[in-house]
Amino acid sequence: MNESYVSLLVLAAVALGLGTVILMLNGLLGPSKPTASKLDTFETGNEPEGDARQRFSIRFYLVAILFILFDIEVVFLFPWAVLFKDYVAAGLGTFMFVEMAVFVGILAIGLAYVWRKGALEWD
Amino acid sequence: MRPLSLQLVSVVTVLVGVLTLAAGLIWLERRLLAFWQERLGPNRVGPAGLLQPVADAIKLLAKEDWVPPFADRPVFVIAPAIVFVTVLMSFAVVPITPGIGVVDLDVGLLFFLAMTGLGAYSAVLAGWASGSKYALLGGLRAAAQLLSYEVFMGLSLMGVVVMAGSFNLRDIVDAQRDLWFIVPQFAGFVVFMVAGLAETHRLPFDMPEAEAELVAGFHAEYSGMKFGMFFVGEYAGIILISSLITVLFLGGWHGPWLPGWLWFFLKTMLFICFFILLRASLARPRNDQLMAYGWKVMLPVALLNLMVTAAVVLAVGD
Repeated sequence: MNESYVSLLVLAAVALGLGTVILMLNGLLGPSKPTASKLDTFETGNEPEGDARQRFSIRFYLVAILFILFDIEVVFLFPWAVLFKDYVAAGLGTFMFVEMAVFVGILAIGLAYVWRKGALEWD
Repeated sequence: MRPLSLQLVSVVTVLVGVLTLAAGLIWLERRLLAFWQERLGPNRVGPAGLLQPVADAIKLLAKEDWVPPFADRPVFVIAPAIVFVTVLMSFAVVPITPGIGVVDLDVGLLFFLAMTGLGAYSAVLAGWASGSKYALLGGLRAAAQLLSYEVFMGLSLMGVVVMAGSFNLRDIVDAQRDLWFIVPQFAGFVVFMVAGLAETHRLPFDMPEAEAELVAGFHAEYSGMKFGMFFVGEYAGIILISSLITVLFLGGWHGPWLPGWLWFFLKTMLFICFFILLRASLARPRNDQLMAYGWKVMLPVALLNLMVTAAVVLAVGD
């Protein structure tokens, strides 16, 4: 069922073009009157204080690391899932199921470990 | 392979359809919210207020195209376009009827997941580039939320993939001719819907925006059409998630009596209205509750759902 990717490319070009045109139209149609208070950071009416680019909570890094770990393990499940029916039809179903059960089991142990260590808590 | 002219017609049909529906949703959402809150909602511009989105678009276009001097200019400008383009690109793989659809990819589902993944950059970069504290916090929350919910968004769909044996969305729809996947894959359906809400950062999962605590979160410093693009991107995202639920769990165009495209439209509208009802009725949880819910409830449920599905497929197949 392979079809040409032409329509996909056309869609990408049209979507990109549309985005660019809308943004440029806004620049053409809108006024430009910078005033002192517009040039300030928005902080609900208070005087802006300090810089926004400060250190932030380590928790966010932890979530990113967990994402990398688990998402890569999930990616290994994708090809298995799409081919599982074929393996069942070929009589290899039980073998493939046990293999993946072991893999998911290791994944679950990893999740349990992270949970136990408190990496999922958000103080 | 279809002739080029027909492919171009599909592209235009899908784009015009999605953008019109997204604009219409602005009206529909405000009217429905008003209805559920015993207000009138927008009813002045055009018949029953139907032209409100047009008025909004003109207003946004005539606003100042503002890039704050403290912002990271190129990233600030590109960020809203990212969500706009990636959401529209995702519609390429959605089959509306056997004949209507932009492209018939064998890796359709993976393409959708890839585009959703790219869309996450939009909120994160916008929050970072704005150079404002609220925006930064919104961007960070967006990063944490979108990354976490992406893991089991893909995972929740693997049960469907095991049952259909394909990533191709047309094959998945065809596999549901006798029984819609919402019945055997109910857990997957619930997980996907929750993940979809979180990915489009809609209420009750709109922590990146959270107007009560972060004013507008990652788009606090945006104005004019750049803000409008985040807006359109969010509404198109709702349509995307609803149409994917239709395709993956509700049998797509299959249904008695009515033509296929109408069934597809009705099923999609049902979920769009459901998402608006959720916004009208649910309160926003705390950020830590959201993260804990994802990792401690949704991820184990999605994993368990996949293994149980595989076990059943194995037992039936032998």
